[in-house]
Amino acid sequence: MRYLPHTEADRRAMLDAIGAADVDALFVDVPAAARLAQPLDLPRSQGEMEVERAFTRMAGKNLSAGCAPFFIGAGLYRHHIPAAVDQLLLRGEFLTAYTPYQPEVAQGTLQVLFEFQSQVALLTGMEAANASMYDGATATAEAAAMACRVTKRRRVILSGSLHPHFRSTTETALEYTEMSAELLDPDPLGFEDLFGRLGEDVACVMVQNPGFFGHVRDLRPLAAACHAVGALLVVAVGDPASLGLIESPGAMGADIVVAEGQSLGAGMNFGGPGLGLFATRDKFVRQMPGRLAGRTVDVDGRRGFVLTLSTREQHIRREKATSNICTNSGLCALAFSIHLTLLGETGLGRLAELNHAQAVRLETKLRRVKGVKPIADSYFNEFAVHLGDDVDAAAVVETLAGRGILGGVPASRFYPTYPELKPVLILAATETNTEADMDALVAALGEIL
Amino acid sequence: MADTTTLSGNRGLAIEEPLIFELGHPGRLGVDLPEPPPVDEDRLKGCRRQAPVGLPDLSEPQVVRHYTRLSQKNYGIDTGFYPLGSCTMKHNPRLAEKVARLPGLADLHPFQPQSTVQGALEVIDSLAGWLKSLTGMPAVAMTPAAGAHGEWCGLMAIRACHEDHGQGHRRRVLVPESAHGTNPASAAMCGFTVDSIPAKDNGRVDLDALRAKLGDDVACLMLTNPNTCGLFEREILEIAEAVHAAGAFFYCDGANYNAIVGRVRIADLGIDAMHINLHKTFATPHGGGGPGAGPTVLSSALAPYAPLPFVVHGDKGLTLVEHAADSGAKPFGRVKGYHGQFGVFIRALAYIISMGADGLRLASSDAVLNANYLLAGLKDVLSPSFEGPCMHECLFDDRFLKDTGVSTLDFAKALIDEGYHPMTMYFPLVVHGALLMEPTESESRETLDQYIAVVRGLAERAKAGAAESFKAAPRFTPRRRLDETLAARTPVLRWKPEAAE
Amino acid sequence: MSEMRFTKDHEWIRVDGSVGTVGISDYAQHALGDVVFVDLPEAGRVVAKGGEAAVVESVKAASEVYSPVSGTIVEGNAALVEHPALVNESPEDGAWFFKLTLSDPAEVETLMDRGAYDAYLQTLD
Repeated sequence: MRYLPHTEADRRAMLDAIGAADVDALFVDVPAAARLAQPLDLPRSQGEMEVERAFTRMAGKNLSAGCAPFFIGAGLYRHHIPAAVDQLLLRGEFLTAYTPYQPEVAQGTLQVLFEFQSQVALLTGMEAANASMYDGATATAEAAAMACRVTKRRRVILSGSLHPHFRSTTETALEYTEMSAELLDPDPLGFEDLFGRLGEDVACVMVQNPGFFGHVRDLRPLAAACHAVGALLVVAVGDPASLGLIESPGAMGADIVVAEGQSLGAGMNFGGPGLGLFATRDKFVRQMPGRLAGRTVDVDGRRGFVLTLSTREQHIRREKATSNICTNSGLCALAFSIHLTLLGETGLGRLAELNHAQAVRLETKLRRVKGVKPIADSYFNEFAVHLGDDVDAAAVVETLAGRGILGGVPASRFYPTYPELKPVLILAATETNTEADMDALVAALGEIL
Repeated sequence: MADTTTLSGNRGLAIEEPLIFELGHPGRLGVDLPEPPPVDEDRLKGCRRQAPVGLPDLSEPQVVRHYTRLSQKNYGIDTGFYPLGSCTMKHNPRLAEKVARLPGLADLHPFQPQSTVQGALEVIDSLAGWLKSLTGMPAVAMTPAAGAHGEWCGLMAIRACHEDHGQGHRRRVLVPESAHGTNPASAAMCGFTVDSIPAKDNGRVDLDALRAKLGDDVACLMLTNPNTCGLFEREILEIAEAVHAAGAFFYCDGANYNAIVGRVRIADLGIDAMHINLHKTFATPHGGGGPGAGPTVLSSALAPYAPLPFVVHGDKGLTLVEHAADSGAKPFGRVKGYHGQFGVFIRALAYIISMGADGLRLASSDAVLNANYLLAGLKDVLSPSFEGPCMHECLFDDRFLKDTGVSTLDFAKALIDEGYHPMTMYFPLVVHGALLMEPTESESRETLDQYIAVVRGLAERAKAGAAESFKAAPRFTPRRRLDETLAARTPVLRWKPEAAE
Repeated sequence: MSEMRFTKDHEWIRVDGSVGTVGISDYAQHALGDVVFVDLPEAGRVVAKGGEAAVVESVKAASEVYSPVSGTIVEGNAALVEHPALVNESPEDGAWFFKLTLSDPAEVETLMDRGAYDAYLQTLD
């Protein structure tokens, strides 16, 4: 077995040193009735070639994004990931390190986290960011709980603009707590009234910008209204690349910003592992969940980094911790950070402009297809369209897939109980799409509809 | 002594590295992208960004060098022996990295039509199948993102089940004092209160004390097994029986499942729910703090409450159930976005099918063998907290350092200078100045022998009165001991332009 | 001003008229190590004897500070927020945590005096 160094002679010699007759003697504390005398009746070990063959076979059953005109987003966007990102991730000193609890032998990870926190804070327009959460959905749930701690209130309002998974994850997280989640209906038209729901008992209002159906909103009036009643404004971001072009939530008055960061650096990977971004204002830092890297000096006075403000965390505060999170998304944070460093200010701006231009180009082409009606009045790189009253967008997507086109996500996949969403299709365009991809989609839609 | 200063501040391969913000130069690019075409209409509703983000501009060679240098300031399993108790730092097979990068698996979107991702669903289903067979449990919730998340998932299923059976008043969770901090934190997030139960002198749960704490307000017991002292709970069957007789469930923290996989089935221990840290037991990389994955196996009583989504076998192949109405069950909700830590699933499955039933059993056996070998090699110079045999890790306390002026921390830092990652320190809390060592099955006998020799030498040095040299350790690392008090009193959590500081 | 009285949780109180001043003992600050943060109660908050009133944190530990007596908070010591190290430097004087008006002055009599507290410390470790 290639991963196990011992020979039988090693094992025998070691058992002799221990003074045990055999390995079974070391398992003497296991109740006899529960001990398995031999390996379970399951497949036996295999070499690299066999294992690789098994995965190649499973991979072959999928239609991967690179093999099809691809227009799916809905919270996870297909961006080109520079080759250097993955090469650097594979460095064993990053890949095979533990959480940096021993700072003298983890300055690499710690400096990365400090740089990552700085990048996230800059991007979101906030003062401080943590070292990551599991994903955007769990970060949203954590933000709701944090807003309740900060305001000492219990009512959380979730906009219909939020990603449906962010909504349901938050609703689940609050289920058996003192906090309550109020979910507004999905909002494809961007008409919902959040102002009317505000009150002195509201801990926070949670919105997404750009919204799940595409809308870009100026959140300043909502922020002001929230603050006037002592509530916090939590803003979720679907695609961090949008922040290269759109005003940051911080500049619009957000108190907590969360995002799904997976689209930069980590790649799609069928949706996981994700990367939860989490940023807030300095005055709320001690109510934050998750790890924080901070700057300090060593005994020789040289700049270095450590994990800090740990008394918020479960390993010290136990049931009074701000969250139970321990392992987070370290390697995905590294990927995000490398990607963003390669982009820089200039590259991020260009990437964002390009994404927006691609979406405008796609929307313009789609307008020419009979029956297709764009819904959103504003968008970044993704928008919803209406395919006609009697059209089932899910069936259209299936037909497109049959033709080798991955043409967006039907809104009914998330909201099957809302008949008015049945004809709604959500489409994204990024820098990875070619003109030919768009024409293929447009032609196919023209034939199907 | 020779002069060790240099003009650059570097020392050969130990190279100082600035922050990216100190390296940038406006206009440089690390990525070539086409010039964006002009856009006619304003689709941004006047929300165009008004000020620059403030990111530095670097070229690709600078970026590659920056992260390469930073990596060289880290210790990983690839670097050397990492006996970090409770954390299971075992070898991460590179085959897993290779197959996880197959475009047919990596370049998939979670919301593609299910007909186009049958292979991906097969990965999830195959891994679920292995986890169920290995544990003997009928169901598994695949989506939790890490161990703590799995704990919470299991407790949520327990709470939902109690509520469904008119037992919603059961709000007390029993947790041993030696538990991971995540246990009480997860319980609190389900609206439970935590009641701690004491251990006996042999490091195991005091069954009589447990029985006395049980009552009809108890939702469940949370117990790590093998426990955080590296010991198997000998009375686990009696514990399970008592818990069930009281109408409560038995949650097992599966952080130490790697000690027994293939040798014991969880179902045979009377456990109702247990998370499995794929990044521990099934060798996926820790990545400097994640990502992990925490699939949670469930008994038949808890299975109906498993969260969405999950994979089932349908008429058109594998189907991902995303809504309660389609589930035929009573899912308690959703714990995260999308369908679980898919990239971690691929790696864990690659490891599992590489090892097979025989290899997995041998790995557990070797892990336990190695820990007992360390215990045997060190028990006369350190102070073992409990009698052996131990399971996959061995626990010592700081009695051997009494009156030496050397603390557990100092001892661990000295180990860094010797080229080893320290053991886990000051956990579990039930012994004084804990040193918890977990060698894992990845280490050869020679590695263990060398480590034992070094630890013995350090112990002798400490007892011989070399406290000063321990206090000064580590001396050969990129940074020496860091001022954590300064970091916490005056938090600097991000870079700011100099004028702003 | 009365003499200092102590609790088994290592808080002290000194009473002047109807107002008590509360802090943590030298033993407590020594056990905690370098104090990096304190969280103080707001004025007007009602606290019970033995109830959680403040939090004191070092790098690796967080401890509740319990009120030795019942009463209503008058003020927290703003100097500690700015300069938590004061808890280590002057635990039983400048680094008081909060002042409160006592609702039941007789409660003070149930607390240990300096001699009894020192004897109690002898029994610990």
